[in-house]
Amino acid sequence: MAELTLLEAVNAALAHELAADEDVVLLGEDIGVNGGVFRATAGLQERFGAKRVLDTPLAESLIAGMAIGMAAEGLKPVAEIQFMGFIYSTMDQIINNASRLRNRSRGRLTCPMVLRAPFGGGIHAPEHHSESTESMFAHIPGIRVVIPSSPMRAYGLLLASIRDPDPVVFLEPKRIYRLVKQEVPDTGDAATLDVCFTLREGGDVTLVSWGAMLHDALQAADQAAALGISVEVVDVATLKPLDMQTILDSVTKTGRCVIVHEAARTAGFGAEIAANLAEHGLLSLFAPVERVTGYDTIMPLYRLENHYMPGTGQIVRALKRAVEYE
Amino acid sequence: MSVVAKFEIHHRRYLDERGEPVGELPEFTCKPETVIELYRGMVLTRAFDEKAVALQRTGKLGTYASTLGQEAAAVGLGRAMQEHDVLLPTYRECGVQLMRGVRMLELFLYWGGDERGMDFAVPRRDFPVSIVVASHIVHAVGVAFAMQYRNQARAAVPVFGDGATSKGDFYEALNAAGVWKLPVVFMGINNGWAISVPRTAQTACETLAQKAIAAGIHGEQVDGNDAIAVYQVCREALERAYRGEGATLIEALTYRLGDHTTADDATRYRAADDVEHYRSVEPLARLKAYLINAGAWSDDEDRELHEQIRAEVENAAHAYLDSAPPTPQVMFDYLYESLPPVYADQRSSVGQDDDADG
Repeated sequence: MAELTLLEAVNAALAHELAADEDVVLLGEDIGVNGGVFRATAGLQERFGAKRVLDTPLAESLIAGMAIGMAAEGLKPVAEIQFMGFIYSTMDQIINNASRLRNRSRGRLTCPMVLRAPFGGGIHAPEHHSESTESMFAHIPGIRVVIPSSPMRAYGLLLASIRDPDPVVFLEPKRIYRLVKQEVPDTGDAATLDVCFTLREGGDVTLVSWGAMLHDALQAADQAAALGISVEVVDVATLKPLDMQTILDSVTKTGRCVIVHEAARTAGFGAEIAANLAEHGLLSLFAPVERVTGYDTIMPLYRLENHYMPGTGQIVRALKRAVEYE
Repeated sequence: MSVVAKFEIHHRRYLDERGEPVGELPEFTCKPETVIELYRGMVLTRAFDEKAVALQRTGKLGTYASTLGQEAAAVGLGRAMQEHDVLLPTYRECGVQLMRGVRMLELFLYWGGDERGMDFAVPRRDFPVSIVVASHIVHAVGVAFAMQYRNQARAAVPVFGDGATSKGDFYEALNAAGVWKLPVVFMGINNGWAISVPRTAQTACETLAQKAIAAGIHGEQVDGNDAIAVYQVCREALERAYRGEGATLIEALTYRLGDHTTADDATRYRAADDVEHYRSVEPLARLKAYLINAGAWSDDEDRELHEQIRAEVENAAHAYLDSAPPTPQVMFDYLYESLPPVYADQRSSVGQDDDADG
C-alpha cells in the first residue's frame, strides 16, 4: 500500500477525481506543465490534458470568478491559489458571488467549486507567503472551510470537497506538506465533512486544533502524557460549518480546553470555539479556556517566525496550567 | 524603429437620429417583423421602467436603477441572443432580461426585496444581476469555458457599464477570453456616466471598444441608440462566438437619461442642457420614425401597442403588490444544498425570537 505525504495525497485525490468525473477541471497558475509551485498537480496535465488541467493567466480574481462561472454551468472546478497571501483578491468573488449564488437564485444556479490554497508559516518563505487567515473565510455564510491535518485526511477531505455541491475553501497546511508519510489507499472514499475528528482520547484536558498545528499538538499531548496528563486531541477539520458538539462532548468529559492555532489571536477561529464553550459548556469547565495562538502582529519574516509560531512547549505549559488550575 | 502593431476601431450605425437610413441596411430589415419586435421590446422596457420608478416613488418598491434612454442597446442585444446563450447582466439591464423571457413579476419581486425574483422560470441558466460592478465579467469566462469544453455552439454575454471598464475584473476577463478564444460577447453599455463620474474621467482612451485590442479580441463601437445597429452587431459577434472564432467587445454608445438610481439626484453633477440634447435623440422615437417612414407602422398601431403593454405592466405590478413575503426561515433554505444540522437551532428561532413585526 502506498505511503504518501500530504502533498502526494492531494495529488492522488485530484487524480482520482479527474479520472472518475469528466466535469472536474483544475485551474490555476503554473499547475499544468510545472505541476504547481509545490508540485500538488505534478503529472496531472500530462495525464489528463490541458483542457482538464488549465494553466490560467496570472490573475487570481479571474481564477475564482471563472470557477464560479464554470460551476454554474455544471462543471466541478478545483482552483488553486499559489499562496494564501495571494488569495485576498478572490475574496470579492468568494463573499459576493460563490457563497451566495445558490441563495440568490433560490437554488437555480449552484457553485460546486473548490478553492485550494497552501497556508501557514514555518517554511522560511518570502513575505506574504506564511499567513493563516482561515477565520476570515469561516465568517462567510454559504461556504465550507476545510483544513486537513494528515495525508489520509487530505485525500478524503479533498475528495469530499470536490463532490460537495457547495463552494469549499480548502486550505492546505504547507509546513506539513512533506513532513510525514502515511498509508493512503487510493480507494476513492471521501471523508466526512462538517465533523471534527477525535485523534486521541484522554480524560484530563481537551486540546483543539487544525492543520499543521495538530502535528505540534500531538507532540505536546505525548509530552503531557509523560507528565501524567491525559489529553484528548480534537482535529476541527471543517471550520465552517463547525461541529461544536464533538468539542462540547469532549469538554463535558474533561472540564478543560486548550485551543491552538497559528493565526493571530484576535477574532481568530479559537475565539469562536471559546465563545461556544462559554455559551454551552461553561458549567462543565474547571479551568478557564486557554488559547495558544500567534500574536496580534504582522507575521514576521522568517528570521523571527519561530518566535511567532506557537510551539510544543507553549502548548504543554498551557495544558499544565489548565490541569493545575484551582 | 518599426511599427509592430496597428489598429483601428469601427463605429456602426444604420439609422440617424431622425430614423433615416445612413446607408445600406442589414438584411434582416427586409422584412419588418424583426424591427417591429425590437420596437415592441423597447416600448415594453420603457413602460416597465416607468412603472418601477413610479412604484419606488410611492414607497412600493426598493431602490431601482432606471434604464431610461438605453432601451435600444438592451433590446437589440436581448433579441439577438439565442435561448441557449447565458446572460450575465448588471443592474440596469431589465430590457435585456425582459427580452430573454424574464417575467416582469420576477423583476418587480427582485427590486421589491425578494430573492424569488432571481429564480427565473426562464431562462434557467441566466445569472441574476450583478450589483458589484464588473465582478460578473469573470464569471462569463467560466461559463464560456464550460460551453467550449463541451463543444456547444453557445455564448456567454456579460453586460456592464462604462465604469466597469476601469476595473481589474474587466481586464482579467477580456484577457483570458482572448487567450482561450472563448465564446464571449462582452457588451459594454457606455451611457456616459458611472453615477456622477463622466466617461472622460474613466479613461484616456478615445473609445472603450479599443480595450479589446490589448486582449487580442475583436472590438467594435456601435450607436447604442440605433436598435437595428445593436441587433446586427450583436448577431455578428454571437455568430463568431458560435463558430469558435472567439470573443468580441462591443461598446454601445448611449446615454443614461435618468438618475443613477432612485436614490440619486443627477442634477447635482450634470447640466440640464446636456440631458435635454440626449432626450432629443432617444432611441424609441428614432425606430418609430423609421418604421412609419418604411410604411411598416402607424400611429393607430402604436396607440394600440402602448395600451396593450400598459395593461401587461399593470397586471404584473398588481401580481407583485398582491404577493406575500416569503416565510422568514427561507433565508436558511438555500444557503447550502442541505442545511448543516448545526444551523437548525438558528433556523427554528427565526420568526420566534426576533423583533420583526411582520
